[in-house]
Amino acid sequence: MEQVMTNTMGFPILSSLIFLPVIGAVVLLLLNRTNENLIKWVALLFSVGTFLVSLPLFSTFDKTTHAMQFVERHAWIPSWNINYYLGLDGISILFVLLSTLVAILCVLISWNSVKMKVKEFFISILIVESAMIGVFCSLDFFLFYIFWEAMLIPMYLLIGVWGGPNRVYAAVKFFLYTLVGSVLMLVGIITLYLYAGRTFDILALSKLILPYDMQFWLFWAFFAAFAVKVPMFPVHTWLPDAHTEAPTAGSVILAAILIKMGAYGFLRFSLPMLPEASRAMTPVMIGLSVIAIIYGGVICLAQTDLKRLIAYSSVSHMGFVTLGIFALNVQGMEGGILQMLNHGIVTGGLFLGVGAIYDRTHTRQIADYGGVASVMPVYASIFIVFTLASIGLPATNGFVGEFLILLGGFKASQWAGVLSATGIIIGAGYMLWLYQRVFFMETNQKVAGLSDIGARELAALLPMVVLIFWIGVYPTAFLGFMHESVRHLLERVSDGGVHGVSVAHNVLEILK
Amino acid sequence: MQLMMPNLQPVMPEITMTVLALLVLVADLVIKRKETIGLLSIITAAIVAYFLTTAKGTAFNGMFLSDGYSIFFKLIFLMNLILTVLISVKYLSVERVNFGEYYSLILFSTLGMMVMASAGDLIVLYLGLELMALSTYILAGFLRYDMKSNEAALKYFLLGAFASAFLLYGTALVYGMTGTTDLKEIAGYIALNGLAQNPMLILAMIFVAVAFSFKIAAVPFHMWAPDAYEGAPTSITAYMSVGPKAAGFAVIGRVFLVAFGGMKVEWSAVLIPIAILTMGLGNIVAISQTNIKRMLAYSSIAHAGYALLGIIAGTPDGLASVMVYMLVYAFMNIGAFAVIIMLRSGDFKGDSLSDYEGLAKTHPLAAGLMLVFMFSLTGIPPTAGFMGKFYLFMSAIQAGYTWVVLIAVIFSAISAYFYLRVVMLMYMKEPKETVALSSSPAIGLALAVALVGVLAIGVVPSFFVNFAKAAVAGF
Repeated sequence: MEQVMTNTMGFPILSSLIFLPVIGAVVLLLLNRTNENLIKWVALLFSVGTFLVSLPLFSTFDKTTHAMQFVERHAWIPSWNINYYLGLDGISILFVLLSTLVAILCVLISWNSVKMKVKEFFISILIVESAMIGVFCSLDFFLFYIFWEAMLIPMYLLIGVWGGPNRVYAAVKFFLYTLVGSVLMLVGIITLYLYAGRTFDILALSKLILPYDMQFWLFWAFFAAFAVKVPMFPVHTWLPDAHTEAPTAGSVILAAILIKMGAYGFLRFSLPMLPEASRAMTPVMIGLSVIAIIYGGVICLAQTDLKRLIAYSSVSHMGFVTLGIFALNVQGMEGGILQMLNHGIVTGGLFLGVGAIYDRTHTRQIADYGGVASVMPVYASIFIVFTLASIGLPATNGFVGEFLILLGGFKASQWAGVLSATGIIIGAGYMLWLYQRVFFMETNQKVAGLSDIGARELAALLPMVVLIFWIGVYPTAFLGFMHESVRHLLERVSDGGVHGVSVAHNVLEILK
Repeated sequence: MQLMMPNLQPVMPEITMTVLALLVLVADLVIKRKETIGLLSIITAAIVAYFLTTAKGTAFNGMFLSDGYSIFFKLIFLMNLILTVLISVKYLSVERVNFGEYYSLILFSTLGMMVMASAGDLIVLYLGLELMALSTYILAGFLRYDMKSNEAALKYFLLGAFASAFLLYGTALVYGMTGTTDLKEIAGYIALNGLAQNPMLILAMIFVAVAFSFKIAAVPFHMWAPDAYEGAPTSITAYMSVGPKAAGFAVIGRVFLVAFGGMKVEWSAVLIPIAILTMGLGNIVAISQTNIKRMLAYSSIAHAGYALLGIIAGTPDGLASVMVYMLVYAFMNIGAFAVIIMLRSGDFKGDSLSDYEGLAKTHPLAAGLMLVFMFSLTGIPPTAGFMGKFYLFMSAIQAGYTWVVLIAVIFSAISAYFYLRVVMLMYMKEPKETVALSSSPAIGLALAVALVGVLAIGVVPSFFVNFAKAAVAGF
């Protein structure tokens, strides 16, 4: 079967998605910094524009094939055989859409909360958006790495300049953790590149049969980068600091997109390129995932800071994602990918929600809240949707994802299934307790008299609510995208690396 | 008997440079406005660059080689010269040392580097090295009423003299063993007589390595660098951290890959520990610096360590990656120093890290430029610093030195800490006092060139990589 399909859109849609925000950033750069309103509107215009351009992806994507679609390919650095090579398959497409959506919400939620260096703030947001889209679209490993690293610069600034009191520490920690992981991966990438006869083509690399020793070392080199990003236990410690100290928009980007890139890396690189090592390392990966699920959940119970609690819940939830991926069966993997999306929506929503109330009270301490439901009823009802989705109540998206993952998890290892199921119970515990302490009980002095959320904030929160129910009630609309790609990937993981089968496979291909 | 006139075409750039540098020296007597002298030296560089285009060939029986390799390096030297002059014009009057000799000394020093890059013989190499070094010693002490500048010059001179002595000793030993100082003939003699493991020759090789390690400020021969870089006039610090270092790498490439080409096993055993120590010490000690010039001095030490990886690889790709890296380093480092120079005004020193607090608020453009240069020095894409490091790492891994590269990337990640601190101070702290920038059109031009260089090599490195590869082809 064809590996790639040409772009039938009539224009380079993926390049447009990547470069529209960059153009927006350049326009912002040229605007006068005192005209803050204009800056905000231009930022909104470009993020909405990018989102609109991305919508045709959703409608025209061919779900019947695993081949890369909307492909663009141009020589970029011929001397190193590096190409500007873009394309989407069922695994990556949903994240591109989520990225373009999240960027709009970030602009909306930051409208009034960012008061200094407004221009630089929105430039950073737009550049992050462009890098995020680039990461998911790249079909060239080098190009991928460029986007992956380039994102660090604006993200570092977002956390460090507009963050909370401890922002500098959090920003540096975030940067160093990610950088160490990334450079180790870079060594792995170069090794792979030289072994494969100087190619960075992801599709070509995904067909290689590497010696097991090499797969083993490359697996851990890639692990260094992806596990830090996910973040998996025990390299998760940057996450609570970064999520907590980042401004609302930064937390949302981190939670919704950035940490998904790690799991995406496993799916796009580790599994197809290093199938044998991935199979061999399954017990380790499942073990780390289960630890993350339970440990992340238990730590949430002890948090007194709103954002920190949600940050640790990410560790637990991303544990589910990696469990699903490394269960190496259809249910687990589809559940894992869907849960990546779900977590982006739900945790992104939670951070948006916390941001909305933080703008009013300027405190993140749970103890400073109480009785918010009676003061801000609309806000409370939206927040309960996020809370329940985070727990995984049926009819919300969280249920679908976690159910599939547990199904896959049980298939892979009963122990892992049982243990991670307890994670859901702990999850219900800390989320409901959080909701109770913030929204019910006696009205705290500090929240009395607060105004309920306005139209702008509602506009930022509602899309997430819609998505929660959409995926929760009719997941096929989203799972349908990934069936073929996941099937293809699992095929590769289960027979890849075994010479005989692969040869037989090739013969079959030719006969077809 | 008829005397043969030697073919001077390959040496024309150097001859032109000598004549014009002398003219600039004389012009200084009659021209009162020293900015004009600066302009003259830039014109000189341009004329020399023009002569470079037709200068391919060898002269003086192979003592002087004008090949693609040397021309590439000479272009880096000339670029370094032009950028340095551009950032000096205003700075010299701020420091009240606006003397014309400054420019002719830079010209002579660059001439020395050019001779080094073209040296096909250890004696020519030594001549070039001394011309470069002696001129630079004076430049380092150019702030003659400043104790620190005097100290810088004296330290640089004393340790530089040691390095020269090592080089001469090594040269003498090589001559004693092989009977020649011609690089190619040395290689031929070693190969013919199987002298690769000869202890005397290994000793000679180590002496030469030590001398060059002094020049590129590699650990453990780096002690002069922080003091010299801190005390020297900032424009000369920029100049020293790029030019002599690139010249050092030019001769290391030539001597180790040509003359000692058959002793790769032996010299890589010497250079690998040096490279690792250099990266390690440079990056770790830089973390604790409070003076930005000193910090960049240690950073410059660290970058020499990265660049050594390309030499250690010992392949054409390795050599090309060193050349590209030197070019990249010239742009990003001089760019950073240009920003530092702008902060120097009146009585305000502007070389302490705390002087950068809140720069993004008071001077957003200068802070933005510094941000780009700092990220480039860290090696974050899409800047030139990343492409340069990538090429170095790639060629070293290809040559089988994956473990050295692993160490290098870890140190490279550590370096992020102190480069980012500058960004952090500029963007995440509040300004203490507002200082006026001493900017001028010349420094603006230098910054623009550096910025374009950093971004162009970062986004479309092909042109430069191909250029370097083609240059190495005739090596």
